[in-house]
Amino acid sequence: MLKRLGQELDNTNAMLLLKHANFPNPFKTELEYSCSARGTWNIVHTGFLMPEAHEIYVCAAGCLRGVVLTAAEMQASERFSTIEIREENVLNGDMGELLINGVSDILEQLPYRPKAVQIFTSCIHHFIGCDLKLCYQTLRKKYPAIDFTDCYMNPIMRKSGLAPDPTMRRQLYSLLHKRPQDSKKINIIGNNIATKKNSELYQLAESAGYQVTEIHDCKNYQEYQEMASATANICYHASGKPAGEMLLKKLNQKLLYLPLSYSYGEIQYWLTIYATYLNIMLPDWSEQIALCEDKIKQVKNLIGDTPIAIDSSATMRPLGLARFLLEHKLNICKIYADSFSQEEKQDFYWLQENYPDLQLFSISQIKMRMLPRESKSKIIAIGQKAAYFLNTPYFINIVENGGLWGFSGIINLLELLEEAFLTEKDTKKLVQIKGLGCGKI
Amino acid sequence: MNQTARIISTYTADVSGVCSALFELGGMSVIHDASGCNSTYNTHDEPRWYDYDSMVFLSGISEMEAIMGDDEKLIQDIISATEQLSPKFVAIAGTPIPMMIGTDFRAIASVIEKQTGIPAFGLATNGMHTYVQGISIALEALAKKFVINPVEKTKNLSVNLLGVTPLDFSINNSVQHMREILENNQIQVISCWSMGDNLEQLQLAPSASLNLVVSYAGLGVAKYLKTKFNMPYLIARPYGKKFTSEIIRKIKNFANVKNPVLFQENRLQNAKIITIGEGVSTGSLAKALELETGKAVKSVIATEFEQTMLAHNDIIARDESELIPILKQAEIIIADPLYQPICPKSSKFIPLGHEGFSGRIYHDVMPDMTDNLDWILNQL
Repeated sequence: MLKRLGQELDNTNAMLLLKHANFPNPFKTELEYSCSARGTWNIVHTGFLMPEAHEIYVCAAGCLRGVVLTAAEMQASERFSTIEIREENVLNGDMGELLINGVSDILEQLPYRPKAVQIFTSCIHHFIGCDLKLCYQTLRKKYPAIDFTDCYMNPIMRKSGLAPDPTMRRQLYSLLHKRPQDSKKINIIGNNIATKKNSELYQLAESAGYQVTEIHDCKNYQEYQEMASATANICYHASGKPAGEMLLKKLNQKLLYLPLSYSYGEIQYWLTIYATYLNIMLPDWSEQIALCEDKIKQVKNLIGDTPIAIDSSATMRPLGLARFLLEHKLNICKIYADSFSQEEKQDFYWLQENYPDLQLFSISQIKMRMLPRESKSKIIAIGQKAAYFLNTPYFINIVENGGLWGFSGIINLLELLEEAFLTEKDTKKLVQIKGLGCGKI
Repeated sequence: MNQTARIISTYTADVSGVCSALFELGGMSVIHDASGCNSTYNTHDEPRWYDYDSMVFLSGISEMEAIMGDDEKLIQDIISATEQLSPKFVAIAGTPIPMMIGTDFRAIASVIEKQTGIPAFGLATNGMHTYVQGISIALEALAKKFVINPVEKTKNLSVNLLGVTPLDFSINNSVQHMREILENNQIQVISCWSMGDNLEQLQLAPSASLNLVVSYAGLGVAKYLKTKFNMPYLIARPYGKKFTSEIIRKIKNFANVKNPVLFQENRLQNAKIITIGEGVSTGSLAKALELETGKAVKSVIATEFEQTMLAHNDIIARDESELIPILKQAEIIIADPLYQPICPKSSKFIPLGHEGFSGRIYHDVMPDMTDNLDWILNQL
């Protein structure tokens, strides 16, 4: 039961009707609230996807705290070390020395020699103008058998340049070394959540004799390095695109950007591009579309007009998903998001025209802290944040669309919707777990 | 070398300490940071976050605002927030980047107070100290703002509990239990700084007979109340039957107590048992264990503390490189489980979770030991 310390509020500034919202940032940027739903991944979780790598963070204690405990909660502390920046380092300007000596000290103490080391520098390095290039040169010379890569915990860059999340997704592949390419190998990159193997991205390629690899499949550093032999990288998460662009430049691997979609037309469009690359006949997708239609009819029969809320942590395309479900007569009542990707533009305007009274809630606006977290009747949430704000036990517990893509992804998502309707979950317990699905990697 | 940690955790930082100290008082705490501090606080440092709607927010300072020294955005955002939420006060706490650009938190607070009429105070934290320092400066600032006038003294013996947050006391009922034990012994608890009481109750603090400082974070406000209202204080955290009884006796006879640091005196020699943690908690635990077992216990203090408050066995050590040689001497180590990887395998390790070190991970080994040390005694 929520203990109230403040007063009752109206939802002005925290909620807009879609007809009054602007694209892509509908809410004013002011002070921010951080809600208790923690399933989205952070840079620690993502970094650990690289097998046999050790993470070293060089930051102030306050910044270290969150990442240290992320690693501890993953039971991965043995792959994680820290160097603490103190006031005297800022005053003395010995940040480079601290980094080099600190990393060396940790490497000498480790009971194993990591194949790769990810060094995370912070906002302080950025502002103080630390010569990171020199630091890495020195470390590479001192430890030639270790691959070092530059990673960043610099949230000060969140609103300018490449944000920390896509930067981390890019750096995750930065240690791939050029090697001969195999025309029958492709990678899926840029995802925190592994793509489901029943996805058309796997099925189509494997039926044509291709080997598809995702970093989650790599058991050791050697297998990770074998990703460099692929001729193309598939990416469907916008935050993963900079990784694909980096690999195109560095390894000349073609980038196939096939963004997540819930529109049959869009999915067919991306699959056409994919099939062309694979040099195979374009399959007839009518059977898959019919399966999707059958499934959504089943779902509609089961849940009827039960209201549904969607949040932007569940999927990269909350508006696209809302549109798809509304087009099939499901009762979408609320969307929780602070901003939208450019890929959502058409869906935003379509929804604005066709469902102008759809409620759009901010996730981080300060009133969201105080507004009642409850729902008057049964409501299904797609995503942890919607579940948290509505305090509903009926929710789909996924982030980043749960690794679902394509027609198969739509069917799987609808199955999860059925399950969410039928089965109560322990919302308080589940949403507070950090990095949903990261487990002990 | 110092400052590196191959494997152990990091204590909660000063900025989270500020938010923790002020959490239940109806004010608004603003962390002036780009991102991360707020989610770290509410995920790992604040076990009350899910169930209380306390106002703790982030400024979201951007690179350009930092480069341009743009405080106006922060000020206007806070003023807008006060108009929307009507907090009882505003506290603004800093992180590394505001420290580097020399943000003047006192001046910003002054502008906000003037424009809104809401009491405001700025706290120059920088994320480079532990929560102990953050709680300390927050409680002291709060007292200086709100506890200004004398209040009629209670007729009965009474105390304030100073330095109470979940970071040292968790949410395992130990705070309530501590109050009950004191009140069952005819010692009225006027206010608890700051769990379980509201701002109005804290303003009654000068009516108490004396203060009981239960963590080092409470010492700053105790010194303020001593200077302002001539209130005496004792320093100890109730642990175990014998030490808690001793604390109660000393409270009842406070006028004759010469050394206010109650865990410092009559300690035993040649310790082979080590406890690690916050100064007053771990010192009190060591003393309590000595009283219960007759065996010497060394406390290793890993957060801010004063040398003059150490017992002869005790030591201040924070870094992994300092701790490892100390721990090598121990036969038994009582500490947070995240210390275990650097403890010698030859020693016996008794896990005792500490919210300020491992956050929410080890709630199952954070027992209430206010008048009962069986949790540890059964494992010795």
